[in-house]
Amino acid sequence: MKKEKSIPGPVSKAGTIPTRMGTWSTAKPVLKGKCTFCLFCWVFCPEGAISQDEANRKVTFNFEDCKGCGICVRECPTKAIEMVEVEGGR
Amino acid sequence: MKLKDIEKEEFYRASYGCAGCAAVLAVRLTIKVLGKNSVYVVPANCISTVSCYYPQAPFFVPFTVMAFAATASACSGISAGFKRRGREDIHVVGFSGDGGTADIGIQALSGAIDCGNKFIYICYDNEAYMNTGIQRSGLTPYGATTTTTPSPCFENRPKKDMLRIVAAHDIPYAATACSSYPLDYMEKVKKASQVNGPTYIHILTPCPTGWGFPPDETIEIGRMAVESGVWKLTEFENGEFRTTYTPKRSRPVSEYLAAQARFRHLSPEQVAAIQKEIDAARD
Repeated sequence: MKKEKSIPGPVSKAGTIPTRMGTWSTAKPVLKGKCTFCLFCWVFCPEGAISQDEANRKVTFNFEDCKGCGICVRECPTKAIEMVEVEGGR
Repeated sequence: MKLKDIEKEEFYRASYGCAGCAAVLAVRLTIKVLGKNSVYVVPANCISTVSCYYPQAPFFVPFTVMAFAATASACSGISAGFKRRGREDIHVVGFSGDGGTADIGIQALSGAIDCGNKFIYICYDNEAYMNTGIQRSGLTPYGATTTTTPSPCFENRPKKDMLRIVAAHDIPYAATACSSYPLDYMEKVKKASQVNGPTYIHILTPCPTGWGFPPDETIEIGRMAVESGVWKLTEFENGEFRTTYTPKRSRPVSEYLAAQARFRHLSPEQVAAIQKEIDAARD
């Protein structure tokens, strides 16, 4: 087999994430009200921190990626998501 | 296109972008449409800055960081290489900011469109050089303050109309979009990926840091821009401009301006002048 040439300079493999951004947030979103499965929060989340549970179709938040910007709270049509303050950051 | 048909897998995660960044959202939505069969070229802009903390590589697809002025020429070259190898199914995407498109990269963009190789050039427009500290660019609108055009002597030149400049090259497909209308944007990316030639998409991405608003208002500010008529969602195809989305209600531009700190210094007369200009453009 032909040996692959190494590329000079700093090169990373696509999809390398050594650090998580969850520590940035001072508040985290929590689903409290009635979810209508519209997925508006999922499509507007810049971080892709929201995913849909396949079993009960409800949205779940990945707090390792969530920066606590609050777009999901603002864009939820039924106001089902609430921001909860985190004591002293996380 | 419907929300439930969109790819669920995330291909752009955990970047160092500011909370509520719409440019990060635009990258995420783009990769969702084009899938893993795509290659990205990023010049010096916010996206390369928030992505490339070695060994961090939040793109889950191949991407390269290019010189500021060479985004479009790199896209054109990579596309020609893939064509030579018989891999025309791979989408080559250039993801440049507004300064890298309208000021520094415009010569390369013009030349690459002229060459006619297949690539998608996406300009995410946050209306200043946000990454280096909010300096004025060619796409900064009238009245905005930046660090190089501070409050008393604010930006006094209008925004360049990049869509018309690109359309003048007789490009096969060009469009404007806004991050607050993701389905409209994703349909345009899908359409651009099916064109066999150069395509250009200009997406307005509100910037909480540079424009001066809380991060949770990112989507609302973009919606205000479209509803007040500051930004229009159009596409250029077969030599004709077409409006893809007409807002259901129209808002006064003063609401859009009042929501942002960069327009805080404008007097009521100046706001009225901006409103008059928008009304004239609408008719």
